[in-house]
Amino acid sequence: MRVGVVTFPGSLDDEDARRAVRIVGHEAVALWHGDHDLQGVDAVILPGGFSYGDYLRCGAISRFAPVMTEVVAAAQQGLPVLGICNGFQILCESHLLPGALIRNDHRKFVCRDQRLRIENNRTPWTSSFDEGAEVTIVLKNGEGGYVADADTLDRLEGEGRVLARYLDVNPNGSLHDIAGITNERGNVVGLMPHPEHAVEALTGAGTDGLGFFTSLVGATA
Amino acid sequence: MLDTVGLAEKDPDREQPWAELGLKADEYAEIIEILGRRPTSSELAMYSVMWSEHCSYKSSKVHLRQFAEIPQETPLANADGTQGVGKMLAGIGENAGVVDIGQGYAVTFKIESHNHPSYVEPYQGAATGVGGIVRDILAMGARPVAVMDPLRFGPLSEPDTHRVLPGIVAGVGGYGNCLGLPNIGGEAVFDASYLGNPLVNALCVGVLRHEDLHLAKATGVGNKVVLYGARTGGDGIGGVSVLASETFDETGPAKRPSVQVGDPFMEKLLIECTLELFAAGIVTGIQDLGGAGLSCATSELASAGDGGMHVELDRVPLRDSSLAPEEILMSESQERMMAVVEPEDVEALLAICRKWDVEAVVVGEVTDTGRLQIDWHGERVVDVPPRSVAHDGPTYHRPFERPDWQDALQADAAETLARPLDGDGLRDTVLRMVASENLCDKSWITDQYDRYVRGDTVLAQPSDSGMIRVDEETGLGVSVATDCNGRFAKLDPYSGAQLALAEAYRNVATGGATPIAVSDCLNFGSPEDPAVMWQFAEACRGLKDGCLELGIPVTGGNVSLYNQTGSTAILPTPVVAVLGVVDDVRRRTPSAFEVEGEPVYQLGETRDELSGSEWAHVVHGHLGGRPPALDLMAERALATLLHDAVGLLTSAHDISEGGLAQTLAEASLRHGVGVTIGPSDDSFVQLFSESASRCVVTVRPDEEGALEAMAGALGVPIRRIGTTGGDAFTVEGAFSIPLDELRTAWTSTLPAALG
Repeated sequence: MRVGVVTFPGSLDDEDARRAVRIVGHEAVALWHGDHDLQGVDAVILPGGFSYGDYLRCGAISRFAPVMTEVVAAAQQGLPVLGICNGFQILCESHLLPGALIRNDHRKFVCRDQRLRIENNRTPWTSSFDEGAEVTIVLKNGEGGYVADADTLDRLEGEGRVLARYLDVNPNGSLHDIAGITNERGNVVGLMPHPEHAVEALTGAGTDGLGFFTSLVGATA
Repeated sequence: MLDTVGLAEKDPDREQPWAELGLKADEYAEIIEILGRRPTSSELAMYSVMWSEHCSYKSSKVHLRQFAEIPQETPLANADGTQGVGKMLAGIGENAGVVDIGQGYAVTFKIESHNHPSYVEPYQGAATGVGGIVRDILAMGARPVAVMDPLRFGPLSEPDTHRVLPGIVAGVGGYGNCLGLPNIGGEAVFDASYLGNPLVNALCVGVLRHEDLHLAKATGVGNKVVLYGARTGGDGIGGVSVLASETFDETGPAKRPSVQVGDPFMEKLLIECTLELFAAGIVTGIQDLGGAGLSCATSELASAGDGGMHVELDRVPLRDSSLAPEEILMSESQERMMAVVEPEDVEALLAICRKWDVEAVVVGEVTDTGRLQIDWHGERVVDVPPRSVAHDGPTYHRPFERPDWQDALQADAAETLARPLDGDGLRDTVLRMVASENLCDKSWITDQYDRYVRGDTVLAQPSDSGMIRVDEETGLGVSVATDCNGRFAKLDPYSGAQLALAEAYRNVATGGATPIAVSDCLNFGSPEDPAVMWQFAEACRGLKDGCLELGIPVTGGNVSLYNQTGSTAILPTPVVAVLGVVDDVRRRTPSAFEVEGEPVYQLGETRDELSGSEWAHVVHGHLGGRPPALDLMAERALATLLHDAVGLLTSAHDISEGGLAQTLAEASLRHGVGVTIGPSDDSFVQLFSESASRCVVTVRPDEEGALEAMAGALGVPIRRIGTTGGDAFTVEGAFSIPLDELRTAWTSTLPAALG
């Protein structure tokens, strides 16, 4: 599969995401924020980082990037889209996903190896996992507290759209311990932790993150 | 009214504020002699910042020169593993030293201080410290790949530490995280002498191909000088002179306006944009703008090149249109670079800058006049020989003298202090020590730093050294450690500097790397105090002699003086960074116990050496005596063993602050693998002595003989002290501490104090 990874000004984990895509045997395609062009990719990753410095609300400027017009349109047609960390924030700002990510409740940036439970393995990004699988991947964010109004949370829970939940420690004050969610159709996924930092035992927090990328096999919309 | 060169000639006797700008009377007189007239106010601004202690090294350079006596080559292994010689591609005097690491790669690394700004404004001071060193590395043509931050604070119990520490840590993290650079190590040390003068040292490592090396020189008459990056504002004016080069004084004016304000997003764009300029092959010379801003960049580029440059200062993009030319020349606004390109490449440069939304303006050109000439709206405000600004600053032979209290300090040995008498006493001491501010778990700090970004971090804190993969195919990597025990340096600055060198050297070796080069950040008090100057001179001499004996060069570094509060200087703190090369990072040695039932060995010899130790500090509040003896040939043999035994060793962890007890506690707690060690004739000395050149290693049970034989062949003392396993830290016949209890003691200190 050809998997596009968007680079915004201030993206940081774009190279890491491309490496993760390559490690599982897909082709990584670099996409540029300023282009109205997805180069015909089969899936898109919005990587982590501090796009535009995130001096305003995280992701609030990136949602207006030219490439996001194409991402939103393709996502609505069912293209698999994964937003990691800053990418999750951009997906919320783009209204592809409900809710918002706010400053961590303890007010500090946090980088740690985080245990998660995969709650929904029916998306193109999680199908390799067993439902309820417990995995450890890297979490690193300053504004990763997931919030939404009570109705939205009820809907996410009721429709099984909570993708992953924090175990042991809630590292940022996310409501319902939510680490990731998906849209109604299940093709758009936002995830605060970083699976691309858990694809090589040598340099990451184990290899549990591989499942997010191997899941893509055959998931073409 | 604008002060021009013409006016300076016509109006020679004008009163000028040289003293307020930090210049001395004889320095002002020398400027007049160089120019044959009084300087214009713009020239005065340039000289004042460039001749500051921070930029000119005027008090330190007579001592730093001796580093050039060390052979300018590294002990890099040949491709077949035999001992070879590595090249130093750039050394002291460049933005950062560059060394060959093989396979066509080179590494540049350097450590710098940002101490005073971080006390005045902790977040921005620390943030821009990171930003400055990253630009130094970038300017060499390298991609920055990792940072490290050795930090020193006042005691954790002091209210001001609670103002300074969280801000500094957030600043280091806020800037480095936003650049996408993993923070792979450093130090956090607490001592009363740093209360009014914390130390923020920042290290950056960069990787480049040999052919990508760039230097700061303006060559090629007619070539264009381009300023790109952030706009110039009024921040950081006089940062290097009135802020960094003077002692804090409680009655003086607030110096907050001299602190720069960072924009890490702009710096991230600057990195990517600059690397793309390098890749396009259009940069003939490049310099970052840091301390002393445009004054430094223009004068250094011109004096290292063909000798002349003409700049139209009014073309500099400004954040504040009311800035005067003097202020523009002195501003230390961050995230700016200056490049020299051929005229036909200007459009290509501007296009790349546009792609990255980076503002770029041609501000001047290289000339053959031998002069640095700067105009402001057509009127000449600067006309100077560039070397006189950049390199011909004053040289001081400051008086230095061994202080009269040094003998009494050395006579007051810690070896005579009361020691715990029995197993219970030892047990209590271990728990008290692991919870002490210098030995406790530092993850409250390091969890605020991204250590994973870029996906090449092989080792990071709390490992002894940070290790970065350079080549995914071959596994080539580099490793870095920074260390300094300021108490040892106070007791004996000569051996204190060597002990810092030895510890960093050892920490690189424990991971399996070959140490090849040194950078240093020499933090001391006021050079106007002969006792401080003696500490500095002794530390430099010790470092030079140590590097000679270990066979590794000093590639660059930084001196920070005037670190004192009133008349009380900080502990002399010569922080030493050692760079190592790893042939294959996949074979690195971890620093903690991973497997139960493995034999535990101590390498190196333990002596009754407690002076300057963490035990004397924590338990008795004592500092006196002589630091541990150091045999650098033994250190070298230990490093050789750690390198040759790669693959055999299942873990290796340095023994330093806190002694063997701390090493075993850290090695056990990381993965929850306990350890039992046998009884000893003197368990107290065994556990808490800080003798140098030691570490703890483990091997698989069937490899005991092999390790013992290798150690024997290299003359490294080796002793089987115990076995991994269980869920406690046990000393047979003395005590046992469940790991849960040990972990609680070790991890609670910083969260309890800082929230």
